[in-house]
Amino acid sequence: MSFLEFCKWIQFSPLLVAMRGSPWLFPVVASIHLMGLAVIGGAVLVGDLRLLGFGLSRQPATLVVRDAERWLIAGLVVMVPTGILQFMCFATKYYFLKFFWVKMVSLLLVLVFTFSVRRKIAARADEARVHPGRSRLAALVSLSLWTTVAIGGRWIGFL
Amino acid sequence: MSLLRFCEWLAATPGSIALHESRYMFLIVLTVHVLTLCVLVGTAVMLDLRLLGLTLRRVPASEVMARLLPWTGAGFLLMILSGALLFYAAPVLRYQNLFFRLKMVTLILAVTNAWLFHRTVYRKMADWDMDPVPPPGARVAGILSLVLWAVMITLGRMIPYQGYWFDCARQPQSAIVNLLMGC
Repeated sequence: MSFLEFCKWIQFSPLLVAMRGSPWLFPVVASIHLMGLAVIGGAVLVGDLRLLGFGLSRQPATLVVRDAERWLIAGLVVMVPTGILQFMCFATKYYFLKFFWVKMVSLLLVLVFTFSVRRKIAARADEARVHPGRSRLAALVSLSLWTTVAIGGRWIGFL
Repeated sequence: MSLLRFCEWLAATPGSIALHESRYMFLIVLTVHVLTLCVLVGTAVMLDLRLLGLTLRRVPASEVMARLLPWTGAGFLLMILSGALLFYAAPVLRYQNLFFRLKMVTLILAVTNAWLFHRTVYRKMADWDMDPVPPPGARVAGILSLVLWAVMITLGRMIPYQGYWFDCARQPQSAIVNLLMGC
């Protein structure tokens, strides 16, 4: 079964047809998805601002990034299932949208980056073993990738 | 001039028509509005979580406030600005949108909550600044703020869907709905 056939199969499964029949479902799921966005946005911003030398700049970067990371994960726990549900509603449409794939690739990249490079840099940022320029670069990469994910998400819904 | 007449006048201005009919401008403003959610609500959520003692417990609450509030404020300004443009793109449609109206009421409640917090609990912050879990007053303000933001996000997302249930042009509707929508 190709991925497109898989998309067709879930979008037109009896459960999803029934869910699309309710006008409430999609906007309510999208709203919960946005609440997750706010939580992830806050957690990412607080950590990346610290790495850039703004926001909680008088606190240890390790502490700020680690504390915020718990809420980043909490946000993901809200966003991923609601995102999958929205995808299932219109799977065959999303399959052909360039922005959907841009979003998925950026999301994958930023998750790998956040839990490997960014985490490692934040853990060492306070020991002066990491050049401040590298912390800033990590924050900029994280912010740009998350922004791409968010823009991709908004444009999927519009196109 | 009634508010509805004002919105009708606004809707006929060239800028409103241009924004309404533009292919990309409207989408760009909408994207800015959604991305700013991360700055405004994102930083507000982190502040609220600190007030609840659920994050950054080892950082004094006043420090979290002082360092994050400027970003919340900047987000708020950008949100109002992009929101005003979204309203300007379809003034009558927004004015007669039940979800939009409820969202504005919720916005007023959220601002009032923040203002009350600053007038009361915030003033005595020195007493509990280092507490990992702040006193009940601060926690109530934090929970209220989280709930109000969640409601506002939901109402905002529902705005384009109102036609499913309510429409001034599709009568008869119950009198109370007509009254609430300003039909």
